[in-house]
Amino acid sequence: MAELTQQAGTAPATPVSRPGRLRWNAALIAGTVLLVVTGVVVTIAALTMLESAEGLSPDIAQPASAAHWLGTDDFGRDLFARALVGAQASLLMALAATAISMTAGVLIGTAIWTAPRRVREFALRIVEITVSYPELLVAVVLAAILGAGRWQLVVAVALANIPATARLAANLSGSIHQRDFVTTARLTGVPRRALISRHLLPNMAEPLLIQVAAAFSTGLVAMSALSFVGLGVQTPDYDLGRLLADALPAIYSRPIEVVGPTLLILVLSIGAMLIGDGLAAAADPRVNRTAPRTPPATTEPRQRDSADAPEPAESSAPVQVRDLVVRRADGTPLVHGVSFDIGRGEILGVVGESGSGKSLTALSLSRLLPEGLTAEASRLRVAGVDLLGRTTRRELADAVAMIYQDPGTTFNPALRMGSQLTEVLRVHRGKSAREAREIITGLLEDVHIVDPPRLLRSHPYELSGGMRQRAMIAAALAAEPSLLIADEPTTALDVTVAAGILRELERIRDETDTATLFISHDLGVVEELCDRVLVMKDGVIVEELSAEQLRSGEVTDPYTRMLLESVPRLSTTPGAGA
Amino acid sequence: MTTTTATDRPRARRVRGGSSWTSFALRRLGGLAGVVVVAVVVTFVIVPLIPGDPAVSAAGPDATVDQIARVRAQLGLDQPMFDRFLDYVGGLLQGDLGHSFSLNAPVSDVVLRRLPFTAALAFGALLVVLAVAVPLGMAVGALTRGGRRRRLDSAFGYTTAFVAAIPPYVLATLLVLLFAVTLQVLPPAYTRSQPGVSMLLPALALSIPSICLIARVVRRETAVVLEQDYLRTARGWRLGTVRTALRYALPNLLTSTLTLSGIILVGMLGGAISVETVFSWPGLGLGVVNAVATKDYPLVQGIVLVLAVLSALMTMLVDILLGIVDPRVRGGHHG
Repeated sequence: MAELTQQAGTAPATPVSRPGRLRWNAALIAGTVLLVVTGVVVTIAALTMLESAEGLSPDIAQPASAAHWLGTDDFGRDLFARALVGAQASLLMALAATAISMTAGVLIGTAIWTAPRRVREFALRIVEITVSYPELLVAVVLAAILGAGRWQLVVAVALANIPATARLAANLSGSIHQRDFVTTARLTGVPRRALISRHLLPNMAEPLLIQVAAAFSTGLVAMSALSFVGLGVQTPDYDLGRLLADALPAIYSRPIEVVGPTLLILVLSIGAMLIGDGLAAAADPRVNRTAPRTPPATTEPRQRDSADAPEPAESSAPVQVRDLVVRRADGTPLVHGVSFDIGRGEILGVVGESGSGKSLTALSLSRLLPEGLTAEASRLRVAGVDLLGRTTRRELADAVAMIYQDPGTTFNPALRMGSQLTEVLRVHRGKSAREAREIITGLLEDVHIVDPPRLLRSHPYELSGGMRQRAMIAAALAAEPSLLIADEPTTALDVTVAAGILRELERIRDETDTATLFISHDLGVVEELCDRVLVMKDGVIVEELSAEQLRSGEVTDPYTRMLLESVPRLSTTPGAGA
Repeated sequence: MTTTTATDRPRARRVRGGSSWTSFALRRLGGLAGVVVVAVVVTFVIVPLIPGDPAVSAAGPDATVDQIARVRAQLGLDQPMFDRFLDYVGGLLQGDLGHSFSLNAPVSDVVLRRLPFTAALAFGALLVVLAVAVPLGMAVGALTRGGRRRRLDSAFGYTTAFVAAIPPYVLATLLVLLFAVTLQVLPPAYTRSQPGVSMLLPALALSIPSICLIARVVRRETAVVLEQDYLRTARGWRLGTVRTALRYALPNLLTSTLTLSGIILVGMLGGAISVETVFSWPGLGLGVVNAVATKDYPLVQGIVLVLAVLSALMTMLVDILLGIVDPRVRGGHHG
């Protein structure tokens, strides 16, 4: 059996999952125990209680008693024993149907990918089509062809289940075929059989295991449903569906008859469900990832008692930050008392590696800290708006606008650009749709978008990264914010595209008096663009430099020096960062 | 996996025009045609595939030689296979689904009489499902975001998983036991005098498992969408909770919800087979069960064909809805 393994944060370097190393979880254990125990009990019952389940006796239609836990039927047969023996029949038939459909489905699915292209595409179409019919309908058709009876039922349900498994196997082997490591293996001449056994099957194991659980549970339900409606197991044979159907006509006079088969069907299908869910959870780290327990976070930064620090001289800068601390829910500080100002029309750069607290500082200023993080400060002001107190949405929108790192994910994929970009103007400025559209068209022209109407008609996925980032800037400018926060706006872009975005930020500084907070881990870019630079490390500002100091290398802190030396310098072309 | 996000979609760099809609609609129609053709072929081969002599089994154990010969002629078994197929297709094109032995009536009449019952049941159940499952899932997803309210989260998770695991006909039996036998407030089966009231229990039996399944998906997708960058963008634009939820979260939930609803609706047609039997609901599901039981092959062929075409139509409708809601679906080749 697979051992219990901790899923410590070990991201596998190779995509090959290790077969046999199953991550057990509560649902998986509960489901397995439930099914195994039930399986053992009904097997023992089938061996020892056959006489009371099937032999006729004079005790007909008895109520529940110590001798007959669920009473007896009209032929004096013990209903508890019948339910257990019927469950054994259902279990065996479901297992048989699962075995048949999985074997055939996986064979068909993988064979499709070894077939020539034409055959493969035709076969895939056929599989797609067969999957689209309701499975129970297919089973009914097969039952019509094969006739009623145990084995006919197993074959009918197994055949009905094959398309789903075949499609899964075909999709899996298809996607694995196209992955890099298989291509590499093929190019380096790994033989076909080794390719299938070493690369294909191990990577398919987990989803196929989940499919086994699904096939078992749908098979169980489909077979008992067919028996229930009278198209499956025929009297004198019986399974759970047959027993339930037999009990139904007397549901008013003897409702206890439905208890046995109902309970056992529930136990078996819930067991199968738990195993399926457990396997899926074990395979998908997103599902079983335990999020940290966090109390509801307040989005408003807290006023910090500044008794220990003397009140600094009144500053006229539009952005004023004093003693900013960002804490996790458990109290661990991530940013330790950061203070700075940003002047009108100034670009302040903040550099530092990931985890240095530069993004958290920015998110505190925009009041967009992630769940569970709280900010406190003795002063946090943007253009007269006190971010420590209550503010309206409108005030916030006027004060701060953000440009984010990855323009590929910052726009809503389901909406056209036009309706997203004009949102701020319509909501906060009360503009009509057409006015907003005209304003945003002008702003898009300002950021050098060639055909603004066309961009507004597009959905985000139809645009390039550079176009999306320019649109993001236009949206940010639409609010005419006092503070523009650019959080690594060029990191996800090509060098030439990035250079264009940086020129836009320079233009905004020169043409408006917007204060800009520019966050980057790239000193080369910061050196070109910013008027002043803060260097952050582990949540504190280690050094503050003017652009000239940075360019001439006049740095004192060893960390800054290290960052500076890590910038590759081939040429000093202005404007083209990094 | 039904979840797709912006990042794992192929990025087609073209602006939407008429052509993408036309080709999208053509692809979907092509898919429908494929499903219908396969259904026609499959329903035709039901009869030749029956082991032994279909005429003998259809005529029943007490049939005389004459009766068997008559059934053989009605099934067209005395003609070559290819001619029979042409006859079958020709009949279908004229709306002739054949003649039912057991009811001694045209199959098309039987189908038309039963179809409204199944359609009402399936669509009624689907409306209930969407009206309950989407708000429920979104609410639970929002309330439990970022690991909040653990107890609510696990209570919701376990309850929905357990209820969804109950087979529809077992659920139907339990509902009869509760509402008809114990409380005696609803009829246990279809009654001609009050079709609306007698539809309540079968609709519940069909919709409850689907409500649980879809609410789970919506809850998971809500949690995913709430973490997305574009939601942070919307929050950064300070649009307010309701506007953010309805305009930025909901459309992105609809893709996976609709995809799943299509599958669930098609599954409901299957579930109707057993649920209709419990409640003696005079729809196509009970019709096909009776037809198979009485070996009324033309009726089996007719009802199966209609159910298959119905399920294909529903899949196509959902696809087109998806194309309207999520433009990326139109661009991709595998939709």
